[in-house]
Amino acid sequence: MPVISVLKECCKSCQLCVPVCKQGVLAVGAETNAKGYNAVVPQEGKKCVGCRACVTICPEAALELEV
Amino acid sequence: MMAAGYKRPESLQKRITGYCPGCMHGQVNKLIAELLDEFGLREKTIGVLPIGCGTLSMMNFNFDLVIATHGRAPAVATGVKRSAPDRFVFTYQGDGDLAAIGLSEIMHCANRGENVTVIFVNNSIYGMTGGQLAPTTLVGQKSTTTVQGRNPKEVGYPMKMCELISQLQAPRYVVRRALDSVPNVIQAKQALKKAFQNQLDGKGFSFVELLSNCPTNWGLSQSESLEWMRANTMKYFPIGDFRNEEAAL
Repeated sequence: MPVISVLKECCKSCQLCVPVCKQGVLAVGAETNAKGYNAVVPQEGKKCVGCRACVTICPEAALELEV
Repeated sequence: MMAAGYKRPESLQKRITGYCPGCMHGQVNKLIAELLDEFGLREKTIGVLPIGCGTLSMMNFNFDLVIATHGRAPAVATGVKRSAPDRFVFTYQGDGDLAAIGLSEIMHCANRGENVTVIFVNNSIYGMTGGQLAPTTLVGQKSTTTVQGRNPKEVGYPMKMCELISQLQAPRYVVRRALDSVPNVIQAKQALKKAFQNQLDGKGFSFVELLSNCPTNWGLSQSESLEWMRANTMKYFPIGDFRNEEAAL
């Protein structure tokens, strides 16, 4: 099953990945990283289908996909 | 068919970029790095960076770089490529760098048909210096030096660099793409791939213009800036191929 992981320290919380995920896997998290950004986090119970939309739109290469 | 996975490219440093959140400069950095990894070119590449927001890429790229004086990246790339023809050489330039102070260098580099790749990031404003009018600022678009919006009677019309360069005979590949959406980012990567391949095949000058955003200086949120691009920038600067020849000259 595809799994999305977030490189927390590289995320700037621009949130472009959030609407492109039709499965609603990604949402802004409550914790901040070292630069003060609320990194996105994969949501419990949501299923990634490995469509690559989020890793494609992310301008920071802060998302990684394992299939 | 299951899509392949994705790993952050080796050609990027593992640190946060200096760009504003949602700025597509980061996207261009990422696409270049992905392609250098895919081509196995990281150890053979010399990137030539501009002055402007593009200079921040020096903290991001994980390969050899030269930072040219303002606008002179195509001239520096010419020197690098001619003295080390086995290296992969590209320039990374913004619209203030390429279309204003560096207009002479880009036109002559293109006219000579140098075997380099020029990547032109057009966000239609001067980003780093605080949002002044650029040669590519749209008619009516507000900047800190045209607070009522660009008035063509005072400062002329936005310059279309792809259209200008494609009037020359030597360039082999002159295209414009946008970075506003997932499908367009994929197309932008394909264009960059073709431009990189042209250089590897010794075919000569390739120019890829990538329409980008500037949420900070446009005064919009990240997603609003992409919508604004679609509604305005992409109307005036149509995406497409302006020169795509297998055999020039």
